[in-house]
Amino acid sequence: MDGVDTSITLTVNGREHRLRIDVRSSLLDVLREDLGLTGSKKGCDQGQCGACTVLLDGRRANACLALAVAQDGAEVTTVEGLADGDALSPLQRAFIERDAFQCGYCTPGQLCSATGMLEEAARGWPSAVTGDLTADPDLDETEIRERMSGNLCRCGAYEGIVAAVKEARA
Amino acid sequence: MRPFAYERAATAEEALARCDEETRYLGGGTNLVDLMRLGVERPARLVDVTRLPHDRIEERSSGALRIGAAVRNSDLTAHPAVRRHHPMLVQAVLSGASGQIRNQATVGGNLLQRTRCSYFQDITKPCNKREPGTGCPAIDGEHHNLAILGHSESCVATHPSDMAVALAALDATVLTRGRGGERAIPLADFYRLPGSHPERDTTLEPGELVTAVEVPPLAMPSRYRKVRERASFAFALVSIAAAADVRDGVVRDCRIALGGVAHRPWRARRAEDHLRGRPLTRENLAGAADQELAAAHPLRDNAYKLRLARNLIVRTLLELGERA
Amino acid sequence: MNAIGSRSRVEGREKVTGEARYAVEHPVPGAAYAWVVQSTVAKGEITAFDTADAEALPGVLTVLTPDNAPELAPVSDGELAVLQGRKVSYRGQIVAAVVAETLETAREAARLVRVTYAARRHDVRLTPDHPGRYTPDEAEDGPWQARQGDPEDAFRAAPVRIDCTFTTPAEHNNPMEPHATLAAWDGDALTVHDSNQGPSTVRSTLAKVFELDPARVRVISPHIGGGFGSKGTPRPNVVLAAMAARAVGRPVKLAFTRRQMYALTGYRSPTVQRVRLGAAEDGRLTTIIHESFEQSSTVREFAEESTTPTRVMYRAPNRRTAYHLTRLDVPSTSWMRAPGDAPGMFALESAMDELAVVLGLDPIELRVRNEPDGHPEDGRPFSSRNLVACLREGAARFGWSDRDPTPGVRRVGRRLVGTGVAAATYPVLRSPAQATARANADGSYTVRIAAIDLGTGARTALGLIAAETLKADPAQVTVEIGDSDLPRAGLAGGSAGTAGWGTAVVRACEALLSKLNGHVPPEGVEAAADTTEEVKGQGDEYARHSFGAHFAEVEVDVDTGEIRVPRMLGVFATGRIVNAKAARSQFLGGMIMGLGMALMEESVLDEAFGDHLTADLAQYHIPANADVRDLDAVWLDEHDPHVNPMGTKGIGEIGIVGAAAAITNAVHHATGVRFRTLPLTPPRVLPEL
Repeated sequence: MDGVDTSITLTVNGREHRLRIDVRSSLLDVLREDLGLTGSKKGCDQGQCGACTVLLDGRRANACLALAVAQDGAEVTTVEGLADGDALSPLQRAFIERDAFQCGYCTPGQLCSATGMLEEAARGWPSAVTGDLTADPDLDETEIRERMSGNLCRCGAYEGIVAAVKEARA
Repeated sequence: MRPFAYERAATAEEALARCDEETRYLGGGTNLVDLMRLGVERPARLVDVTRLPHDRIEERSSGALRIGAAVRNSDLTAHPAVRRHHPMLVQAVLSGASGQIRNQATVGGNLLQRTRCSYFQDITKPCNKREPGTGCPAIDGEHHNLAILGHSESCVATHPSDMAVALAALDATVLTRGRGGERAIPLADFYRLPGSHPERDTTLEPGELVTAVEVPPLAMPSRYRKVRERASFAFALVSIAAAADVRDGVVRDCRIALGGVAHRPWRARRAEDHLRGRPLTRENLAGAADQELAAAHPLRDNAYKLRLARNLIVRTLLELGERA
Repeated sequence: MNAIGSRSRVEGREKVTGEARYAVEHPVPGAAYAWVVQSTVAKGEITAFDTADAEALPGVLTVLTPDNAPELAPVSDGELAVLQGRKVSYRGQIVAAVVAETLETAREAARLVRVTYAARRHDVRLTPDHPGRYTPDEAEDGPWQARQGDPEDAFRAAPVRIDCTFTTPAEHNNPMEPHATLAAWDGDALTVHDSNQGPSTVRSTLAKVFELDPARVRVISPHIGGGFGSKGTPRPNVVLAAMAARAVGRPVKLAFTRRQMYALTGYRSPTVQRVRLGAAEDGRLTTIIHESFEQSSTVREFAEESTTPTRVMYRAPNRRTAYHLTRLDVPSTSWMRAPGDAPGMFALESAMDELAVVLGLDPIELRVRNEPDGHPEDGRPFSSRNLVACLREGAARFGWSDRDPTPGVRRVGRRLVGTGVAAATYPVLRSPAQATARANADGSYTVRIAAIDLGTGARTALGLIAAETLKADPAQVTVEIGDSDLPRAGLAGGSAGTAGWGTAVVRACEALLSKLNGHVPPEGVEAAADTTEEVKGQGDEYARHSFGAHFAEVEVDVDTGEIRVPRMLGVFATGRIVNAKAARSQFLGGMIMGLGMALMEESVLDEAFGDHLTADLAQYHIPANADVRDLDAVWLDEHDPHVNPMGTKGIGEIGIVGAAAAITNAVHHATGVRFRTLPLTPPRVLPEL
């Protein structure tokens, strides 16, 4: 379509892609429709559920709110890129072991979000429930719950998610 | 979504030069992209301003902080100086949205986000803010989370930002750059009340670009408290940013701003004036709250916000006093 | 806590790596995208379509309207008559659809379709005394009303009386995966990858609607991103996707947006329920009267049946239960997790708590005193009933014995603290199914059945059931589900999936065992089962129900009206548990949805426009991670030989039943205020404190 298509380069899960995309496309739709990486889910397309969470230049982000054209040159890690070959990441293993999902639709977003969240916590970032803002937060259950609240799970697997995050961090 | 031209600006001049009536500046996009998908915003051109050199937080010799408009919300809350000096600002930003969105959203975008009023977001319904002159169905419709203060016959929307509430309490200044040059707009003058022009949220001129926010030092303990309909990841019903300098049980100075009650962050100056010099007691706090809320005009279904705002003022200031 | 096993989900690896593909994610070359246009009036007629601008957009393949849509064969569900006329019956109804090369083009073209309406005055307001109120002729779970003795006279004569009215809002299921279909035709053969709760049902419906031989329709659904009832009946998406694919001669993907779901995929009716309880001074009930007023669309009759659980709960010689519907110009109501039972038990169990307070009797003791010997209406024995055991087990675990019943006296800082209890029940249901079991030459087994896994862990559970029957290691059993080409099976719904499918799997495995003589030839040995006779032949000499008890602790902030639930415990007697790991998750998930029901979930209807305006996940709040704290679910070892060969009773729904009442009863204990309208948000709570 005239004037609508544009070209971008994305590095997704370590692999560089030169893509011709509709300028209106979200990063989520480019991943799902153009690259066939359907692990990132579309639960609301409004940034209100977190199912589309990916790591964008190393930080967790909602791919549905990111215009793909604005991410030209970015590095993206999706759920498909969390494992090291056949070896699942500690979080992925813990999610299975702790039954941290039921339908599995929010799971890729939960996993990417938890991966990014652990990194944020390791850097000492505070959250809304952190008492002393000048100290490094202790990532207890209350902290994990607050920090993972951007990922809704209608099956209600929250207890398993918190347990899995704790286990993977240990 | 209407097709649009996308351009990345490297400098403010470049951004300004490319901006016309049908252009929107793109920050993190966390609100704009949603509004575009909803059909509320239909820009012909997006100028991406995230690569502008506005992504730093600088500490001035005056003790003020200059926060670039392109600073991500999460970087603001992670910054040591902000954490040390402005707990209420950090808490306000952290109580907004989710970790993901805070990683994407910029300070400038946070300031300029639009109301979450249902009618505004639904293009199949009238809304004076979205389409001037079409009416405001919220006044007689669903408005349990809309304004009690400063609203008009044409609009009862509330401003959704938490960060802006803290900035209002902090006497922050919004630094901008427009065709007429640079401006420093006190936050109190930055947001508008709806009046008969609810389509305008701010006093920004067309094309004027927010470049930074300057936060003067504040030597008082502060905190932000937000009440909402679930424990996290929800917009405020009512929120409060408060700071107090309490010595010997007397309020020497204080700052109070309310969120979720008006078209803009509501600086409670009457309450502050009432409190200064008075003992920090429940009674005086309630009196201060009543002074402020005397101007309120609750709608059919949101009178609870009066009590909520009053209780938050009393409780938050008492808690700040206990710490002193 | 016994169970057949405790296994991690067999599809776990697929789900944590992103390999699991849901409906529209299946790779199909050349797929086009469909987008729906929804009505902007709640009632009326379409007078004109202008599709010129939409059709002129490059990349648009077709615009379907009632004027050019193919005629479909009528089916009983009026929601499936997609684009079959110009009548508008609710705001948000599908009035046109665009098919285009890309998602973005389809969305933009849908916006460009202009529809003109002759709107008529709509009626969307549910009131108990609505002039259009009627009592439906029949319902799925029995008569619309039941009456014994003289309930009204008994109520007037009762020494202790409770008469209160409870209001529950419309609630939307909101599974995380929106309803979605990828449809492709090959001649007159139709294949859909679809998000649903029963591929066999979707197949037979599509065959009817498009007048096809069912053998030419295939429904493939290996993974479903939740349903909670909303995917229990085929939805307009599957019909429209198939219609669109046929129209453009290409595969078509159609996924509803989250916003569209609020009009198009069903929701729980709001209810107004009046409960009258009459009791003797010792707490023994003399009469129970429970009436419910609910809504239905004009397109599809659906009764929430909120008074049904009251029929099995407590002994009382005089009793009456009835529900009434009003057909309004609203989107169609439908199943949402524990339809009827969830709102009904909120009302009944709140009323029981009110009675306990009036009597000064412990709420557990009140329930124990009213425990029936058999079914309260006809005296039939229960196949098993362990409500009292659940209450006692829960009381011991929760620390109920120290509870001071006085309301409004426990204060921690600025928070009032209280605890509450409520009972739970859910019927034991089962539908017929077919299954095959195959012994392979390598010692492994394959079980095949058109069951489906919405997140329940069905694949894993059926593997455990098969392995037990075959006396094999579960790792040796492969279960194939989620495809209508597999042996026909009923829905994942009514907490009946495992019971119905499991029966067929057990019978197929038994048949296989009887065929095996120690030697498996290279081509394997297969046996089949069909449980139609067995299931239909099961008599009603027993009343078959699950029971449970919920305990909740709440903190109510006196300044803000915010309610937090630091502790929640569910104790369930649901027969034999199949997979301990997944069962616990499912109970907890139900309880969390009950927490949402109690504290935040509400679809607000805009009376001026006629639609639900809380139409996204920022306005319709479901519990987030931070809302959930210390949560536990346990079960009793219950052996029930009268339900099915596994002894299972179904666990998918009972977790939500009664959970809201336990929380609101705790709120009363904390504050002394009785809230009879859900949900208990700060705007409702604060003014009463």
